[in-house]
Amino acid sequence: MEALTRIAHASIRVAAELTPAEAKANAAAQMAGLAYGLAAIGPGIGIGMIFGKAIEAMARQPESAGMVRTTMFLGVAFTEALALIGFVAFILLKFA
Amino acid sequence: MKTDDPQYVSILSMNDQGPAPEAAIVRDIIKHGSIVAPILIGLSALFWGVNGAWSSAYGVALVLGNFAVAAWMVSYTARISYALMMGATLFGYIFRLAVIAAAVFFVRNATWVELVPLCMTIVISHVGLLFWEMRYISLSLAFPGLKPKHVASPTVQDSTSN
Repeated sequence: MEALTRIAHASIRVAAELTPAEAKANAAAQMAGLAYGLAAIGPGIGIGMIFGKAIEAMARQPESAGMVRTTMFLGVAFTEALALIGFVAFILLKFA
Repeated sequence: MKTDDPQYVSILSMNDQGPAPEAAIVRDIIKHGSIVAPILIGLSALFWGVNGAWSSAYGVALVLGNFAVAAWMVSYTARISYALMMGATLFGYIFRLAVIAAAVFFVRNATWVELVPLCMTIVISHVGLLFWEMRYISLSLAFPGLKPKHVASPTVQDSTSN
């Protein structure tokens, strides 16, 4: 707790020494990183669920593996699109 | 895990030696991508000039490469074990995302890069190509009887129909 308080005090001191433009850039960088991180968590969970269910289906009905893998691959690619959108938002917020 | 059941098959040893559907999907996506790419590149060139066109072409290449690597990882590991396929896909997701991030980071300050068309191309081509492919796949899954069949020649078709 004491360490956290010290870190908070240090951050406030650093923030107080920044010019408004630097503080804004600092906040933008933090928020962009947070957005990218949050955008990657959801698809990670989603892909895990898709694959878990697909493997369960293939283990139960091996003869339907081709169909399951087809839909699974598309599902994973669609889920990945969310992460890509998060990444693009990060890049545009940070560098554009 | 050990079991006395003789029918028990471990997920670690289960694999799929059949044809890989992912390769067929990605081949189709790349074929569609080669149709869409000139349109996207042309639009980017219209709004952002030559740099926009280069950025857009780079974005399309990244997306198609990402699809190809994902399909190769799934089809290769599925031949070994389903459990490996699961692991490869989850870690492959992180790996491929990191590669795309690195590929954009390394070129972001290059003179030929415009970030807006590059990012827009990545998102639009990824989602658009998937929707295009989904149309065909959902149709063939819903109506397997409507799949086009190869016909050798009209004469053969006529003789069989009569």
